[in-house]
Amino acid sequence: MNQLNQVVFANIDEEEPWTIDSYIASGGYEAWKNILTNKNDSYQPENIIEIIQESGLKGRGGAGFPTGLKWSFMQKDDTQKYIVCNSDESEPGTCHDREILKLNPHALIEGIAIAGYAIGATIGYNYVRGEFIDECYPQIENALNEAYQYGLLGKDINNSGIDFDLYNFIGAGAYICGEETALLESLEGKQGKPRFKPPFPANFGLYGKPTTVNNTQTLASVPMIIKNGPEWFKTFGTEKSSGTIIFSVSGHINKPGNYELPLGIHFNKLIECCGGILDEKKLKAVIPGGSSTKVLPAHIIENCTMDYESLQEAGSALGTAAVVVIAEGTCMVNLLKRISRFYFAESCGQCTPCREGTGWLYRILDRITNGNGKESDLELLVDVANRIEGNTICAFGDASAWPVQSFIEHYYEEFEYMVKHKGKTKAA
Amino acid sequence: MSLLNREIKEEIDLWVQKFPEGKQRSAIIAALHSVQHFNNGFLTSELMNEVAEYLNVPKIQVFEVASFYSMFNTQPVGKHEISVCTNISCMLRGSDQIVDHIEKRLQIKSGESTSDGRIFLKKEEECLAACTGAPMLMLDHQYIENLDIKKVDEILDALEKKQ
Repeated sequence: MNQLNQVVFANIDEEEPWTIDSYIASGGYEAWKNILTNKNDSYQPENIIEIIQESGLKGRGGAGFPTGLKWSFMQKDDTQKYIVCNSDESEPGTCHDREILKLNPHALIEGIAIAGYAIGATIGYNYVRGEFIDECYPQIENALNEAYQYGLLGKDINNSGIDFDLYNFIGAGAYICGEETALLESLEGKQGKPRFKPPFPANFGLYGKPTTVNNTQTLASVPMIIKNGPEWFKTFGTEKSSGTIIFSVSGHINKPGNYELPLGIHFNKLIECCGGILDEKKLKAVIPGGSSTKVLPAHIIENCTMDYESLQEAGSALGTAAVVVIAEGTCMVNLLKRISRFYFAESCGQCTPCREGTGWLYRILDRITNGNGKESDLELLVDVANRIEGNTICAFGDASAWPVQSFIEHYYEEFEYMVKHKGKTKAA
Repeated sequence: MSLLNREIKEEIDLWVQKFPEGKQRSAIIAALHSVQHFNNGFLTSELMNEVAEYLNVPKIQVFEVASFYSMFNTQPVGKHEISVCTNISCMLRGSDQIVDHIEKRLQIKSGESTSDGRIFLKKEEECLAACTGAPMLMLDHQYIENLDIKKVDEILDALEKKQ
């Protein structure tokens, strides 16, 4: 456990880590101040992008896209550009950004400022999930005010010639706004409906200007990488999945919690860190990266390391590293029905396969659990899921299809049993 | 006379300043939060019209935002809002029993308000991002985690005394 909390949460055991004085006392804002004073001539914007590329940092919001590469897509001219932080945390099972906003808001602010500088953006917005309005929002807003009071943000900061203004934004409840172009629409005051890509936000983003959208944890990792260097970051994790990641471990586990650990930790070791399976039960399955990733039965996940490659090879994905632990005795049909209810409720309705398909999935599962399922329903479920996958503007459609495909693939007998036995579960 | 009080207008003004000139549409969400807060938790057509007028945007732009986002209530609801998270992590830790208990005790179904207009039990579809403290609920946007029936009863007892 000495590998716990090394990057994003490195300072959270300090007293009141959310205050600027505490953050500065533990070395915070050093990276940003070095950039501002140009102490090190190798801190030109292109150098910062290089450092992040070299570190191997990948987006922690679910897709795992290389952060430095994303930054390098921004055009190098003097058009107004924006950096936008995606704090619209809402992938089921995921709750680490909430802790960053509450416990370490200055790491995020510093990370956004550095990212803004690197991509040539003078304005940043931090899009905070609506439900966080009374808990996280005041915390990050106070931190932002502190940063201004300490002269770390604004115009021509400390006579450095660098301008950077940051604003917090509050959403109002819509899972889809976690999709980056839906988030930009929402930030413009519209319904959160994803845009067609291309053009990508790097060309046409907020208010039509070049924009980079990064996740909260990704940006909160940046200050420590700049301060300690890419080689230091790479001492954690594996060759292809470098650094640490915050695992939100929930469900049937003795010590649920947010654990920042090196990528590549063995699944069994992670479970050990979390005190083992609840009530000494046997592990049945795990959803390894939030509800949008495919479920893996115990015998598969128990042979996995927790990184991008291993979970992909196992047929799932690391996603947001939201590890939902499912013990024996859980009915997988009911669990899938809950997941499908969520996607049905949250589809923005823009694309027909998703709007109609998610409703079909939920209604079929509902009739199966109510004892009215037909034998042809299992084939129908997979058929509908396959027709949604790949046929929508954004990845939400795929995310609604993958749980259905994977639950039925791995637990077909349970579904079949319930259909044959008029809604009775075979859960074991 | 304007339905928007000075406090609301000042709050909206602060939000408008966060965005480039002419992009005041970006302030609609925050304005609606503010208005809803002062109107006991729900929006009316009149209030939405006033927001549109104050921000100088077409009315439809305010209506479409109000209807899209789940935190905005366009029908009258109870004064205090309870949202029990029922998404996967909370479901695995017994959130359905928590919902059943609250529904029985308040004698309402999810999505309804008590007849005295005090409590609104919201039908929550989203995961509320407190999975490691499951099961949990939000009471007027305050997160309360690691629930059991006893804790829920204490919350409801305190709410009853609060009026």
